[in-house]
Amino acid sequence: MDMVTVKINGREYEVPAGSKIIDAARIAKIDIPTLCYLKDVNEIGACRLCLVEVKGARGLMAACVTEVTNGMEIYTNTPKVQASRKTNLELILSTHKKECLSCIRSGSCELQKLCRDLGVTDENRFAGKNVEGLKDESTAFLVRDNDKCILCRRCVAACKNMQGIGVIEALNRGFDTQIGSAFDQPLAATSCVSCGQCIVACPVGALHEKDDTDKVWDAINDPTKHVAICTAPSIRATIGECFGIEPGVDTEGKMVAALKRLGFDGVYDMNLTADLTIMEEATEFLGRMKEGKNLPLITSCSPGWIKYCEHYFPEFTENLSTCKSPQQMFGAMYKTYYARKRGLDPADIVFVSAIPCTAKKFEVRRPGQSAVGAGIYDVDYAITTRELGRMIEKAGINYKALDDEAFDQPFDIGSGAGAIFGATGGVMEAALRTAAEVILGTKLEKLEFEEVRGTAPIKTATYKLGDIEVRVAVASGTKNAKELLNKVKSGELAVDFIEIMACPGGCINGGGQPVQSAATKASIDLKAARSSILYNADKKMELRKSHENLAVKKLYDEFLGEPGSHTAHEVLHTHYIKRGL
Amino acid sequence: MITNIEQLIARRDQYAPTVAMRHGHGHFVDAGDGIRKNVLICGGTGCTSSNSMTVRDALVAELRLAGIEDEIKVVTTGCFGLCALGPIMIVYPEGTFYSKVKPEDMKEIVTEHLVKGNPVRHLLYRETVKGDDILALDQTPFYAKQKRVALRNCGVIDPECINEYIAMDGYQALAKAITTMTPKEVIKTVLDSGIRGRGGAGFPTGRKWSFAEAQPAGKKYVVCNADEGDPGAFMDRSVLEGDPHAVLEAMAIAGYAIGADEGYIYVRAEYPIAVNRLEIAIKQAEEEGVLGNNIFGTGFNFKITLRLGAGAFVCGEETALLTSIEGNRGEPRPRPPFPAVKGLFGKPTIINNVETLANIAQIILNGPEWFASMGTERSKGTKVFALGGKITNTGLVEVPMGTTLREVVEEIGGGVPNGKKFKAAQTGGPSGGCIPADLIDTPIDYDNLTAIGSMMGSGGLIVMDEDDCMVDIAKFFLEFTVDESCGKCVPCRVGTMRLLETLEKITDGNGTMEDIAKLEELSEYIKSASLCALGQTAPNPVLSTLRFFRDEYIAHVVDKTCPAHACKNLMKYKIIADKCKGCTACARKCPVGAITGAIRAPHTIDTEKCIKCGVCISTCKFGAIVKD
Amino acid sequence: MKKKMTTVAFNDTPEQAEQLNALIAKYKNVEGNLMPVLQGAQDIYGYLPLEVQKTIALGLGVSVSEVYGVASFYSQFSFNPKGKVSIAVCLGTACYVKGSGKLHEKCMEITGIGAGDISPDGRFSYDATRCIGACGLAPVMTVNGDVYGRITPAEIDGIIAKYL
Repeated sequence: MDMVTVKINGREYEVPAGSKIIDAARIAKIDIPTLCYLKDVNEIGACRLCLVEVKGARGLMAACVTEVTNGMEIYTNTPKVQASRKTNLELILSTHKKECLSCIRSGSCELQKLCRDLGVTDENRFAGKNVEGLKDESTAFLVRDNDKCILCRRCVAACKNMQGIGVIEALNRGFDTQIGSAFDQPLAATSCVSCGQCIVACPVGALHEKDDTDKVWDAINDPTKHVAICTAPSIRATIGECFGIEPGVDTEGKMVAALKRLGFDGVYDMNLTADLTIMEEATEFLGRMKEGKNLPLITSCSPGWIKYCEHYFPEFTENLSTCKSPQQMFGAMYKTYYARKRGLDPADIVFVSAIPCTAKKFEVRRPGQSAVGAGIYDVDYAITTRELGRMIEKAGINYKALDDEAFDQPFDIGSGAGAIFGATGGVMEAALRTAAEVILGTKLEKLEFEEVRGTAPIKTATYKLGDIEVRVAVASGTKNAKELLNKVKSGELAVDFIEIMACPGGCINGGGQPVQSAATKASIDLKAARSSILYNADKKMELRKSHENLAVKKLYDEFLGEPGSHTAHEVLHTHYIKRGL
Repeated sequence: MITNIEQLIARRDQYAPTVAMRHGHGHFVDAGDGIRKNVLICGGTGCTSSNSMTVRDALVAELRLAGIEDEIKVVTTGCFGLCALGPIMIVYPEGTFYSKVKPEDMKEIVTEHLVKGNPVRHLLYRETVKGDDILALDQTPFYAKQKRVALRNCGVIDPECINEYIAMDGYQALAKAITTMTPKEVIKTVLDSGIRGRGGAGFPTGRKWSFAEAQPAGKKYVVCNADEGDPGAFMDRSVLEGDPHAVLEAMAIAGYAIGADEGYIYVRAEYPIAVNRLEIAIKQAEEEGVLGNNIFGTGFNFKITLRLGAGAFVCGEETALLTSIEGNRGEPRPRPPFPAVKGLFGKPTIINNVETLANIAQIILNGPEWFASMGTERSKGTKVFALGGKITNTGLVEVPMGTTLREVVEEIGGGVPNGKKFKAAQTGGPSGGCIPADLIDTPIDYDNLTAIGSMMGSGGLIVMDEDDCMVDIAKFFLEFTVDESCGKCVPCRVGTMRLLETLEKITDGNGTMEDIAKLEELSEYIKSASLCALGQTAPNPVLSTLRFFRDEYIAHVVDKTCPAHACKNLMKYKIIADKCKGCTACARKCPVGAITGAIRAPHTIDTEKCIKCGVCISTCKFGAIVKD
Repeated sequence: MKKKMTTVAFNDTPEQAEQLNALIAKYKNVEGNLMPVLQGAQDIYGYLPLEVQKTIALGLGVSVSEVYGVASFYSQFSFNPKGKVSIAVCLGTACYVKGSGKLHEKCMEITGIGAGDISPDGRFSYDATRCIGACGLAPVMTVNGDVYGRITPAEIDGIIAKYL
């Protein structure tokens, strides 16, 4: 790597050529404050908070977009820089609805932290008129309050640049600029896929998930209800972050312990229905391979991806696996099989899923997600990792101090295959482990399908299973999905089986996951840190294949019959809508 | 079709006699086509707005009636500069200058002047009538002090006829550059001329070109910034309307110099005539082969595409202009990377303003020394100014750099009308500042203007008299900036609004001395922190008026008065008892019943009720009501 | 300034739809096509209602919010049709110092609408414009494209009456 020498605050550093000043400063152990900057997603130099003095330059330079040059002399903390940052924050505050004490982002707000760090003492120094911000609560998953919006455009960049969707944009001009959709239409009227990446991009409280925790509390406190919760594969890898634990620490045992203390009647592991999904999906895949129909098969675990497909690639809806997502399979099994087994009336069951995803809030009310029928949904409430974290905080549980506990039976067993569902490529690998052994009729020697692992945007591989060649592709992030599907459409890429996750990196980076600041995202690889937990868990397990999960086997024996049976279709499968744009 | 230099020269020689009699005055040239006189009528925006095209039609009809339509050539030209006198008409070879002509005047002009040879004195521009003598256009004070380089063909040739441009040595510079000079020689010539960008900041044009030239070969672009947005500046429009080929030729030269084969002109949609003339010019240039492939048989290719702006001042900023051409919201991008490295569609790009380009062909033809001989040490050549506001000769003037403001305002511009006193001149539009009366002898060039807190900008020059309140003027420009801020960066989007609010507070009579300090602090912050030049220069009107007219601010804040009586909320109407005859006319007209008094006794105004509508002042026949 | 949204129902003729489709086809593969297409569409319809912006978005393969984001940025794009009498006053510097602010107030008073609006009966639309370059005639107003220079507020009633 070519290196250049720069001077930062009088000290010399060797930094890679082409680095931005902000990266060079990080090497010098200096964090330059930012608001609009989101590494690799939004680098537009708009908020002007990261301004630094550069010797010889006319004005102050934006550290987030200015590349270093050899011999550059940078000053990050002069009186002029300090004054500029403070005035900048004061001006932003003059347009920001400052209900900080009751704000959902209090404590995790980047603006709040900067005001404290940079010594803002008078939040009303530049008080003046403001335009009334758009409010939007039209969707199942999102609340937008533009009175808090600071126009950093991180959400716009997440939607447009990162996800390739662009249902939100900067509208109007100048002081009247707002973030919203065409003609101020509510988001529900657009082709938004509910991925929630805008929320995790937002530095302040202008965007947040619709909070369903009150409804869950009400259910828990209602003695007539049986309230159960299952947790998605990835949230054990992230929920610790809600309590200040650094990213990349597995807290599954503490999570279970906390949930049991919240008063749920059952705390279960969604890894089990991940395995169930594999049983159904691998069967479906082998069936389609045999018939040569509706190939490539495309996975259906990610409801954001499903909505994306329905809007933007309706011609591919026949290719979607008809399998419900693991969340929905769980709720469906609980309210049919388990209710019958325990003698519970499905109408008295409140089934909650804890998920890394905002699209699942949309999914729970989709048509075709009610195995019992009669207006009883498979899943009543889907709450994000963040909401679950808030419930635990509200209950006063000292999360870090908890001792590990185990999931409740009979839904306590998940395989390593189910565990890796939370990372991009995980569903594909899990399916391949099962499909391969079914096709080959023997045990695989090596269970790792390395080619589909990792956070590359698009991964392809061909596996020879006996006489059969299986061509697979994996994409995460809808922008990459678009690229992949266009290649399939044009015939450029021939493929039999595709895994798509709406969020880049898969569920570990979902729109419902704990919000990390732009600074954290710039300094660590969040996706890699979080997904390593899932792969490590898999590696340590005895049970690493879905079809060897005895709990799953029991479900088939006692209730479903065969994978792909009539009952399985009634309970575990669904259908799609061609929405178009 | 012109495929080589010989053909270009032949074409020039063929058409030169056609335009020859329009040079200077009194030189009849027989082109062998039976034409005795040329009548030039301005077809620029100013004159067409006052119906010059109807005048032209009436003229043509009268010529036909008189049976002399084959002897008199009627030419629709671009702007002559004296926009306030439109419609304007010049008769050559004598150079007589008719102003404010009407269709019904044509009969007299045709029968008396064009048939009998006697100029119609009462229709002539009054400055040209000196006793028995009639001065030609170029002998008037307005023109005599000017030096027309960029505007040399404006008001002289028919902009819709490429042959008239060729007759004036058009496309000779392009031919010279691409057949006898290397790209580096072209750039050196431009560098040596010392020409700096006419659009705003005054960056040396040759350096811009050499940066782009130094980029690896491949796709590059030449962009002409014709998004003239400074209110009160219209020189670029006049060049495009009057001499569009000069811009096309210069773009092709620039393309050759930096290794680009494609150019874009981004022009304001508010300039329909300019757009139309550019479309015609591009089509003609392509048909004649002076644009397109294999120009003059050299293998050099260059094509030009026209793109229209859509009403966003910020698009005059070069990176915003590029984002706009690319089809986006016209929001500026951070620099570096500079467009010369990463510009339009990510490719090396130079962006030059119209007036800058209008000088290029002359620099190539006459040499850099010629150009550098005009102007001051660090500002070479001439500059076009659009004179407006409280000045007698509203219009366009081109003077050598270094001409003093006094010469421009008093001699060329004819001074402030109505016996009022010159107070200040505003240059540089919303990015510039006000030059007070005691600096009127400042030679105008880039560095002098910057030193006194203004800037050249695109060359708008608005004259203010004693009735103009400088706080109100600062507020006017801030309103403009707030409206035109793109909204991307915080200092400009929020900062300028807070500046404006503070100014409003002051003009409303609610300001404090702390507000003045706040204005200064915020202004300095916006200057140093904004993303683009729009924001970085937005506080200039505030800072420069604070610098030169601080006492006016203080009067607003401390005494709660507006010395120029312009700020409505600080004004009080009062009746001078001595002058009031008690006729009751004002009391009857007052819409809010604020005036009371007995008949034939002095009246009084209840200032609490008064809404300052001014009806009473225009009603009073005795001048008894005044603003205080 | 935020643009006024129209309250007038969209009325598309087959000819207009055909012109729009031809326009989109012409620019489909041109770099930076959105602005010329929006300008062309406004020439066809006189304004840019949601329906037209949706057609453009689908035709050019961009999101309708992106189209709207661009259209709402530039002041020349209108989301409101023009009235039968379309009035504009120049608020450029030259006009302003010569009193166009008073013309502006008078026009709003006569039409009963603010800048950028159309009267409910579709009779008037009014705009306050940037410098139209007729500084020599300051202050200037235009009615249905005709330029009136050096006018006083008192003359406005008479000028508008000619168009009614």
